[in-house]
Amino acid sequence: MSSLAATVEGIGFWNDGLPSWPQARAFAHGAPAAADAPRRPAPQLLAPNERRRAPESVAVALDVALAACEAAGRDPASLPSVFASTHGDLAITDYICGTLASAPRTLSPTKFHNSVHNAAAGYWTIGSGCMRTTTAISAYDASFAQALVESLVQLASGEDAVLLAAYDSPSSGALSPVSRSEGLLGGALVLSRRAHGTRLRATLVDGDAPAASGPLARHAHGNAMAQMLPLFDALAAGGDVALLRAGPGRVLRVELAHETQAHDAPAREAQA
Amino acid sequence: MPSLAIRRYTATTALGRGRAVQARALRERAGGLRSNDFGDGALASERLDCWIGRVDGLEDAPLPAEFARWDCRNNRLAWLALQQDGMAEAVAALRERYGAARVALVIGTSTSSIGATEEAYTQLDDGAFPAAMVRSNIHTPHSLGGFVQAATGLRGPCVTVATACSSSAKVFAQAARLIQAGVVDAALVGGVDTLCGSVLFGFNALGLVSAQPCRPFDARRDGLSLGEAGGFAIVERDDAGDAALRLCGYGESSDAHHMSTPHPQGLGAQFAMRDALARAGIGADAVGYLNLHGTATPANDAIEAQAVGALFPDTLHASSTKGWTGHTLGAAGIVESVFALIALEDGVLPGILNSAERDAACGAQIRFDNAQRDIAYAMNNSFGFGGNNCSLVFGKAA
Repeated sequence: MSSLAATVEGIGFWNDGLPSWPQARAFAHGAPAAADAPRRPAPQLLAPNERRRAPESVAVALDVALAACEAAGRDPASLPSVFASTHGDLAITDYICGTLASAPRTLSPTKFHNSVHNAAAGYWTIGSGCMRTTTAISAYDASFAQALVESLVQLASGEDAVLLAAYDSPSSGALSPVSRSEGLLGGALVLSRRAHGTRLRATLVDGDAPAASGPLARHAHGNAMAQMLPLFDALAAGGDVALLRAGPGRVLRVELAHETQAHDAPAREAQA
Repeated sequence: MPSLAIRRYTATTALGRGRAVQARALRERAGGLRSNDFGDGALASERLDCWIGRVDGLEDAPLPAEFARWDCRNNRLAWLALQQDGMAEAVAALRERYGAARVALVIGTSTSSIGATEEAYTQLDDGAFPAAMVRSNIHTPHSLGGFVQAATGLRGPCVTVATACSSSAKVFAQAARLIQAGVVDAALVGGVDTLCGSVLFGFNALGLVSAQPCRPFDARRDGLSLGEAGGFAIVERDDAGDAALRLCGYGESSDAHHMSTPHPQGLGAQFAMRDALARAGIGADAVGYLNLHGTATPANDAIEAQAVGALFPDTLHASSTKGWTGHTLGAAGIVESVFALIALEDGVLPGILNSAERDAACGAQIRFDNAQRDIAYAMNNSFGFGGNNCSLVFGKAA
């Protein structure tokens, strides 16, 4: 296929001990993880009571999405968005299946509407007042690669910029050994057609992605969205290629051309 | 946007298997809802007093042995739908023509095969799944996309879209973008959702399930009837411009209002419809039939009718077909796109089943009776939880 391309305008990140992209990038360069980091993100887009009640998957998705928009100097309400999660909220799936097996009529209506795969996408558009399109996808261990392709295809179809947010939350209960996921992990990118900044070029090819070995990939390896970390490791450490699983026998090859901070800063100011 | 060819499509619903059965049932106003008889164990002992659109025969139709690890109700329905109307053969031909990597698979679902996960939870052995249910490939949303990928041998981008009840409308939009960007030449799109405890008791918990067969846009409507369905369509480049049926436009938007209640003025719905018409390059007066989301919940129908009234002339024939099939959730987009395509091909414009008393809040566009006439464009609305909206415009060669 022909390549798809974009500029990375902003990055958001959250993982246990690495509650921001600057901290994740420092960790990738050898700094220790934060011992006193919050155990759960507090997404500022939600009202305080909703912030506490929101499922963990929603909390991490909204936190990294907003961080990426802020880093890009983009108004969240202006961006179409793509949300990707391998499993959705596994704790809610565990609750629903357990409740149905014992007392189905007691099922919580709030847990039910929070169980939809597009819960994070929904709360994002509600919290940011965004009426643009949003989608929620899964492609198992290729979820991130397929979401990146959809984001780039939206740019190719005429969008000026698009928000991509990927996340998974810890598994729970009887489902844990079957649908494995540990810790909380989220990553977000604001991608655009702007010329200046770190450029990303993606191509789907045949093959199998090698096991990831970067610092972030090792740190969050137990999470189902660890599949995205080859790209975040490359973004953090200045790597020029990331190979992402894109389905059976398929790889999304992502090439990066980093631009220096000096070029980056004025472009962001101009945008803001 | 340049219109895309739709050279094959199919649906399997409570009405039966394949296009011809759907078309006949629509023409003859013969619905497929039945009194709830779904489920075993706690689902049966606590069975809800409601009506459902159930697909017959899934219990006795396991997947072929080579796909045994994908076996579950939802994938059985996917397989069954794929065997109708020559769809499997058409996909094989597409694979040959363009190459497997040049054909995308974009498929929608709301709950995928969570029914299998529910089942495993009723059979826990000392807190653990029984061995036969330890199949990580089915206890996850991409069970559907993963299975259809294995069943078709397609190697292009493969995605399960899960935006609740707009899922399998949005697959057309995503496929159109993939083709437009040159990533692929064609796409197999579709959607499959099956009845399960989550949706029956979930919608019941929200107070949205009627005890009667659903009555879309009726003044006395009091909730939805749930259904299950599967369907597929092939979307292709139309370089020669000779396709009889076409995807002409799509529109997508968000309500930015509430997780399970639509925007009070239907603003998001209006944006999606306007966007779809603009992409198709047609005015609202060119649309001959609009298949509404029309769930038969009090809120959805009044708001959707208001949004339609703000955009379309009184001459539009608009209806909800959920009285035939029930609300098939993540499959509603593909099923009702198939109904829109049938309206284009056969000139059968469905009315509404079960409804008799007009709601003063709903405009002249809402039609209870069927009509028969030749139309040039048909639209489909699909709206989901999270305020996720999608509208599609289909057309045919003049």
